[in-house]
Amino acid sequence: MHPYIPNSDPQIQKGMLAEIPVASVDELFQDIPSSVRSEAKLHIPPKLSEMETRTYIESLLAKNQSTRDVLSFLGAGIWPHHIPAAVDAIISRGEFLTSYTPYQPEISQGMLQSLFEYQSLICDLTGMEYANSSLYDWSTALGEAARMTARVTGRDEFIVPHYIHPERLGTLRTYCEPADIRIVEVAQDRATGAVDLSDLRKKISTRTAGVYLEYPSFLGFVEEACDEISGLSRKNGSLFVMGCEPIALGALKPPGELGADITVGEGQPLGNHMNYGGPLLGIFACRGENLLRQMPGRIIGSTTTQDGEQVAYCMALQTREQHIRRGKATSNICTNEALLAIAVSIYLSLLGPSGITELSGTIAERTRYALEQIRTLHGIRAPGFDAYHYMEFTVNFDQTGKRVSAINKALLEAGIQGGLDLGKYFPELGESALYCVTEVHTHRDIDMLADELRLILEGHSK
Amino acid sequence: MKFAQAKWNEPSLDQLSEHGQIGFHASAAPVTLDLIPQKLRRSIPPPLPEISEVEVVRHFTRLSEENFGVDLGLYPLGSCTMKYNPKACDLIAASHKIQDLHPYQDEKTVQGILQLLYEASDCLAKIVGVHKMTLQPAAGAHGEYTGLMIMRAYQRDKNAADRDEIIVPDSAHGTNPASAAMAGYKVVEVPSNASGCVDTSALRAVVGARTAGLMITNPNTLGIFEHDILEVAKVVHAAGGLLYYDGANLNAIMGEAKPGDMGFDIVHLNLHKTFATPHGGGGPGAGPIGVTKALADYLPSPTVECDKGRYYLDYDRPKSIGKVRAFYGNVAVVLRAYAYILLHGAEGLETASEVAVLNANYLAQRLRKIKGFSLPLGQDVPRKHEFVLSASQLVKETGVSALQVAKRLLDFGVHPPTVYFPLIVEEAMMIEPTETVSRQELDAMVRAFGQISDEAYAGSDLPNTSPHAASVTRIDEAKANRPKTMKLTWRSGRANQ
Repeated sequence: MHPYIPNSDPQIQKGMLAEIPVASVDELFQDIPSSVRSEAKLHIPPKLSEMETRTYIESLLAKNQSTRDVLSFLGAGIWPHHIPAAVDAIISRGEFLTSYTPYQPEISQGMLQSLFEYQSLICDLTGMEYANSSLYDWSTALGEAARMTARVTGRDEFIVPHYIHPERLGTLRTYCEPADIRIVEVAQDRATGAVDLSDLRKKISTRTAGVYLEYPSFLGFVEEACDEISGLSRKNGSLFVMGCEPIALGALKPPGELGADITVGEGQPLGNHMNYGGPLLGIFACRGENLLRQMPGRIIGSTTTQDGEQVAYCMALQTREQHIRRGKATSNICTNEALLAIAVSIYLSLLGPSGITELSGTIAERTRYALEQIRTLHGIRAPGFDAYHYMEFTVNFDQTGKRVSAINKALLEAGIQGGLDLGKYFPELGESALYCVTEVHTHRDIDMLADELRLILEGHSK
Repeated sequence: MKFAQAKWNEPSLDQLSEHGQIGFHASAAPVTLDLIPQKLRRSIPPPLPEISEVEVVRHFTRLSEENFGVDLGLYPLGSCTMKYNPKACDLIAASHKIQDLHPYQDEKTVQGILQLLYEASDCLAKIVGVHKMTLQPAAGAHGEYTGLMIMRAYQRDKNAADRDEIIVPDSAHGTNPASAAMAGYKVVEVPSNASGCVDTSALRAVVGARTAGLMITNPNTLGIFEHDILEVAKVVHAAGGLLYYDGANLNAIMGEAKPGDMGFDIVHLNLHKTFATPHGGGGPGAGPIGVTKALADYLPSPTVECDKGRYYLDYDRPKSIGKVRAFYGNVAVVLRAYAYILLHGAEGLETASEVAVLNANYLAQRLRKIKGFSLPLGQDVPRKHEFVLSASQLVKETGVSALQVAKRLLDFGVHPPTVYFPLIVEEAMMIEPTETVSRQELDAMVRAFGQISDEAYAGSDLPNTSPHAASVTRIDEAKANRPKTMKLTWRSGRANQ
């Protein structure tokens, strides 16, 4: 008898087989040609009990050092944040956790209303008009956005900034290639990181479907000329796409105010664990009915019961989707990241306007503190760009004569995970690493990093 | 047992908002935004609702009570494999040794998770009979896109870039043609024969020099094993195409037959179906894909590798199609699936498939005997994990449609089957009970169908006015789609008022 398979009981099976009627379960598989029928048992590890399974997996997990075991300064697309206890408590409820896509709305109101609230909260945060109920992650949301700009404008080029997140650029390429969309890079000033507007004027043309900007940028600096970029884009008949880290929008002007036509971003920081890189949550929002009709992914709408008595929720605009439109759908996405979207709803409703202001303000304060501590170290240049930085910044070690890899190795020996080595992505930045601080980093944590860096640079590390 | 869902008539978050309330403080001391340069700073905070933690928890708890999940009862949604999700898997995934791991950590600090991913990959490859896997795709459709991009890259290398057609059966899931179109292919449909399987002569007529490949599930959407699968593979391969396996229906054949042995070149798996990871109301899922040796070099970058006990991420993959997402996949989902595999072992997985098939056949035979319902196509072959019932007789004789049967089922605490799919069956009700239901539950479902049939033939109003026991009565879905009444956020509604 298997604990999850009640009808594995031979007596029960006997009664059921008689009803079909067949003599044995095996008879139900006789239509599989013997030439493809497996003879040998699957060669996988033997069955373990619940306790043994847990013991085995935990014995391997114990080899990991999580960001609770080491003091980590990694960000770069996934960021460490405190997750209020209420978030996991609610999304662990079986009613949410074990439900399917809400195709039967009358019995799925909880999920539908929560997703409607997610869409509304994302619009409140970004200043956009419509949001879908999730895509896989920021990078695939960007891929979908580029394809959407091409569909809407009938053009075939998509402009991206030089210092784009390399994993996003990689995914964007994979999404654009079969749609024959050419990715065009616009320069960013080596000193300030600002988009080179004259280069943008050169690159933008009647072929440009969309212009994309990351906000804050992958390297932490914040573009000041969003208005000009969106203006150039609009004048050219292109769509302006902003990629955002959402907590920053508690402090920075929202994309809706800066003229974004489409906003994408990563929902992980809003109440979801890092989980070694997944699952993540792709935020996707847009403005205007025309764009709405081309939006990929599931959208939830508010309506009423047929008798008009009660507010109710259901999926809307399904004719954009694959289960109706098949080969002509706006995207192939079906399974998305709904549960993570619910986590975002819970998280944002807990924070509210003052909570998110506190949070983004705290991150701004930690960023300043970290830069103050680190930039005083001999030979270090931080940040690498002359601009306002939020949450992340580059630290350049060229003048120290040491390599990032060696410094990170020494830091790890002291229980610190240093910033992401940027060498393989942007060789022109020399020996630079991308550091991240959030509300989880105390001043003491930052002091420890600065002290350890000092010891390493002076050659005194352990 | 009488089913009744909570009816809270719950206000939305914006209606619960009360000025000055807060549910979470990010800092003990007051914080301002003074550090942010004025030019960049937002002038007013985002207009999020203001609610205490207590009220937030109550709001979402009440909403959860208005939602049906596998933990509450029968969920026989065809092709979705809504089996029970073992709690042990959730518990294991809740360790901070996974939740608080950053994907860019030093390899030395993540040996445990890399080993787990490596082992999970290895098990999945053996279950489906392929050479190598990637765990990266976030869902089935994402796996399809990844697989098709691999097909494209491979055929370009073979100077066969002019192969621009993907063939799908007329019973295929919508994602298949959608993924094919997204990957730049033209979609060609091939009809099913009288037994609901791919018509091999029709297939021969459509394959040719432009055929890139065929996408197919096996067992198919009707729950019937494609008996001629080797012939199908031969026809496609002879034409120079590749065979793609949509893993939606793998739950029927674990340990019984492997897609790799049937001639498939690319296989995707839905871990949120076959391997019981909770579907979360629509996601997260995971859609790993496996490929033959000839295609292994094209898998997305990085792959998880092992060298003398050291686990690492391999980015040195010159032929790779590149990235399909950021980082390495839905790791927390993969970990749950691996725990599920360990909890079953080879025999347990085999039992799961056997009982899934037994349950489906038992239910099919009982339901087809109920007045108004029939089991069309492939009369003489057993079903596998699922079957498609037709309510066409019922609608003709009583006016009660598959949709009304579905809505009435809600009153019995049974999540309705997938309705009106596949398109090749009239008034289709696609039913997949899975292995994790008991005979009593199946019998209760049979009784529910029986009662609904009786009601229909007696001219009762109940099927038309259902549901009665769900948190709301029948919903006006048309209103949600009409431009004048469409309301997709609480703010767009307010603007209309």
